[in-house]
Amino acid sequence: MDPIERKIGAMFGSGDLMRTEGARTSGPRMLIVQGIVFAVLLFLLQGFWQLQVIEEDVYAARAAENHIKSLPILAPRGNILDRDNRIIVDNRSSFNVLLSREGLNESILPTLADGLGVDTQELLARMNRFRSRARYEPIIVKEGIDSGEVAFVEAHRGMAGYPDMELIREQRRLYPSNGIAAHLVGYVGEVSERELDTLEYARYKEGDVIGKFGVERSHNNVLMGEDGQRRVVVDNRGNQRYNIGQKPARPGENLNLTIDLDLQVVAELAMNGKRGSVVALDPRNGEVLAMVSRPTFDANKLSGRIRAEDWRNIIGDPFNPLMNRAIQAQLAPGSTFKPIVAMAALEEGLIDENFRVNCSGGATFHGRYFKCHKRGGHGSVSLRNAMAQSCDVYFYAIGNMLGIDKIAEYARMAGFGAKTNVDLPHEAAGTVPDTQWKMRTFRQKWYAGETISVSIGQGALTVTPLQLAHAIGGLAVGGKWYQPHVIEMDMKDIPVREAKWDPEHVKQVVGGTYAVVNEGGTGARARIPGIPVCGKTGTSQLISNDALAKIANKDDYKDNGWNFGFAPCDNPEIIVAVLWEAGEHGSLAGPIVRDVLKAYFDKKARVKQSPSLQIATHEAVVPPQQHTATAVAAPRAPNAGAVSEGIEAAP
Amino acid sequence: MIAGNTSLRDLDWILILAVLGICCLGILQIFSATSGTSLSDSWWKQILFLVVGMGLMMLVCSIDYHVLLEQVPVFYIVTVVGLVGVLLFAPPINGSRSWIPMPGGFNLQVSEFSKVVILLVVSRYLAEVRTEQLTVSDLVRLGALVGVPWLLVLLEPDLGTALTILPMVAVGTFLGGLRWQHLVVIVLVIALVLPISWFFLKDYQKARIMTFTDPGADPLGSGYQVIQSLIAVGSGGMWGKGIAQGSQTQFRFLPETHTDFIMSTFAEEHGFVGVVVVLGLYFVLLMQLIQNAQMAPDRAGLFLCMGVAALVLFHLLVNVGMVIGRMPVTGIPLPLMSYGGSSLLTMFLLLGLVQSVRLRRLVR
Repeated sequence: MDPIERKIGAMFGSGDLMRTEGARTSGPRMLIVQGIVFAVLLFLLQGFWQLQVIEEDVYAARAAENHIKSLPILAPRGNILDRDNRIIVDNRSSFNVLLSREGLNESILPTLADGLGVDTQELLARMNRFRSRARYEPIIVKEGIDSGEVAFVEAHRGMAGYPDMELIREQRRLYPSNGIAAHLVGYVGEVSERELDTLEYARYKEGDVIGKFGVERSHNNVLMGEDGQRRVVVDNRGNQRYNIGQKPARPGENLNLTIDLDLQVVAELAMNGKRGSVVALDPRNGEVLAMVSRPTFDANKLSGRIRAEDWRNIIGDPFNPLMNRAIQAQLAPGSTFKPIVAMAALEEGLIDENFRVNCSGGATFHGRYFKCHKRGGHGSVSLRNAMAQSCDVYFYAIGNMLGIDKIAEYARMAGFGAKTNVDLPHEAAGTVPDTQWKMRTFRQKWYAGETISVSIGQGALTVTPLQLAHAIGGLAVGGKWYQPHVIEMDMKDIPVREAKWDPEHVKQVVGGTYAVVNEGGTGARARIPGIPVCGKTGTSQLISNDALAKIANKDDYKDNGWNFGFAPCDNPEIIVAVLWEAGEHGSLAGPIVRDVLKAYFDKKARVKQSPSLQIATHEAVVPPQQHTATAVAAPRAPNAGAVSEGIEAAP
Repeated sequence: MIAGNTSLRDLDWILILAVLGICCLGILQIFSATSGTSLSDSWWKQILFLVVGMGLMMLVCSIDYHVLLEQVPVFYIVTVVGLVGVLLFAPPINGSRSWIPMPGGFNLQVSEFSKVVILLVVSRYLAEVRTEQLTVSDLVRLGALVGVPWLLVLLEPDLGTALTILPMVAVGTFLGGLRWQHLVVIVLVIALVLPISWFFLKDYQKARIMTFTDPGADPLGSGYQVIQSLIAVGSGGMWGKGIAQGSQTQFRFLPETHTDFIMSTFAEEHGFVGVVVVLGLYFVLLMQLIQNAQMAPDRAGLFLCMGVAALVLFHLLVNVGMVIGRMPVTGIPLPLMSYGGSSLLTMFLLLGLVQSVRLRRLVR
């Protein structure tokens, strides 16, 4: 050994002394070490004894829970159909992709994102959001994937570097994407925690998809099925190994609306680009044949997971697209209220059909001058003329004779001032003012001057479009009001209210509305050759003329236009009420009324000619597999081709 | 070739049988735990390692351990250089730079082999001390000698291996004549240093220790493994669920079923009875190691055998203790049973040394 090597060796002790004998020096210490060996083995053995023998039952039960899982079988909701069984809302199967980050190789993320059609950054952000969760816990990375993406998942499942990917099937609601009947059918969503705390929702459980709005909500019981259950053996990644029993799901029932898609589509088309509502009713039984509210929304975007951007757009819209104006818009009805006032005056015996008032363009009541809408006045007018020309002075006069409490009595009889109890959620009641109402609400006395405004449908009086159709429809059939409804109901032929009115008086008021349309009145635009259409226009101010003069941007305060029409006049089958917000004049809404009425009578004529047409077209028009909103909109409506695009393009 | 007048008959056959028994049960369990997964070829790889390991043992036992002890300085320098090299150049795998990729898809874990070298270093050093009791300067010098490679292992970071080195050194110094006063002082120092070292632990290591004290606190996070392991072991019961019948194992609720948690899956499928058999085999192994130590021709041989015994016992305590929730989760495998070439080969290397000591008792 050279010196250096020896030096290094010395660090480890000098080599020649290694073969020391006398290993027995540490006898007692060896015993201690052996004791430690015994102790450790006993310690371990006792641990197994404790777990495997003493507490076996506890852990056996937990092991069973660990791998037997109950999985829900989701029950599809029932379809929503129109009165002729045409599909308005149905379901489509969709798949969500779940993946667990266990075994995920970050370098394949871009490929994965590409295959699933998501942005890599977005995918990364999504995974990071779940960072605090355990890695094996699966997270939903994409909902509603298409067939190509399904194939991608199937092909790459279990490949090295790829995470565990799982597809879960979900039935998603498919609504007409152009917003047709959106307010009527509503939309669904997951039951919220707040809702679960309330009595109404007590029977639902976390994660249930329930109706949130419209018919989806009001008839959730029918539409929503009952989820089944499947007990499966799963591994820790949720991979299902085999079934050990199942309870099938009970699907929800289909629901027929009273809506006629032909009329609905025409009404939707007519309201294109406008703000307001159309309601078509059968006054003989209260069936709602069409119900439109504009602006509308795409219910598909509100069902399930709502994208923040979509929600902002809908909520941020100043015109509130989520409002169902047909039952929620409470506005002064303007002159469309005049038939009620006329009816009251006739029934109370204050006037007869020959009663005349001289209109000089205005009149003074209770010390205040009230103008007629026509400068220079209408001259001497009878009831029929006053209705046709919508003379305000005539109605000021008879309203003044009646007094507010009598006007209110007849208005309430017709159905104003209270919910119609239509089978839709969130209905508004409107307001019928009278002396008691004023005292209750404002603690003030009623001023006789206020009666004058109410006589022409202004002032504190507010109604909804549905109330208007219901009220006038009931008047037109002789004072019988039937329960408005959108779903077929029992006892629809029994009126909810009935007035003992002189049929002659009814005839005189209806005659007035006939003159409105057919005798050079304000409703001439609703005329249909060959069909006796009655109607009335109304124009209601948002603010007084004095106040309007001070406002720069008068466009925001344009008058609301109202219009209703029913036909045939003497035995009406349909009444259409239109509200056109900021429409400037009720007469401009005449064509909307006319289109819907015409669609009704055209269809009636068609069905009469060939009764089989209805069923045949139904099948041809709505093939279930390619059910889209365009298909819904395509039936025999005039200009059918333009309907879907037209409505979609609406602002 | 067995040197001199030694023969195959003089090998410790009881020890070899115990080792083979443990290895076979391990391979069976590896097969059961990995069947149907991408790792299903692990069991025959383990057989391959076993065969190579046996060969390695025969090779080592044919060499007089004194020859190896003489070469300790060389081994030591090579090991330190290797560890530094790994620290500087090896690609990090699972956040640790302790693996050197080898041809054929295997990875070599340098720190595993550093265990063997440190055992040789300790044995040689303590054998040189001729006094009955170790002086402070003996302890300091030994500490410095062992400390360098130990710190390098710790830096990789490979806390598991660093921990397993400690009991080998501890048993050596204890048997080599550690004074009781020094033992008390060392225990006190460790008691003081442990709380401080908490601040140097990584978050996941802290989580493991927190989980150990209360596994229910985070049942889906770091407590998951412990809870699943307890369920597996407990549900195994007295007789077990049968080979490849353990739901915890087969449905992969258990993590690391063929490596660190192999005892958990074994206990699930073979029950308490199976556990008694395995622990019994380990007991035989440990007793044979101690017997060989007592019969060693010199102090160096005694330290070698007892070092191996200490290593096996520590692994057993920490790994099996973890499986039954009595020790925190550490990445320490169960020797001879867990899947893994480096660990198995190291064990056979050490067993070869023990056999070498045994054979040498007859030489002189």
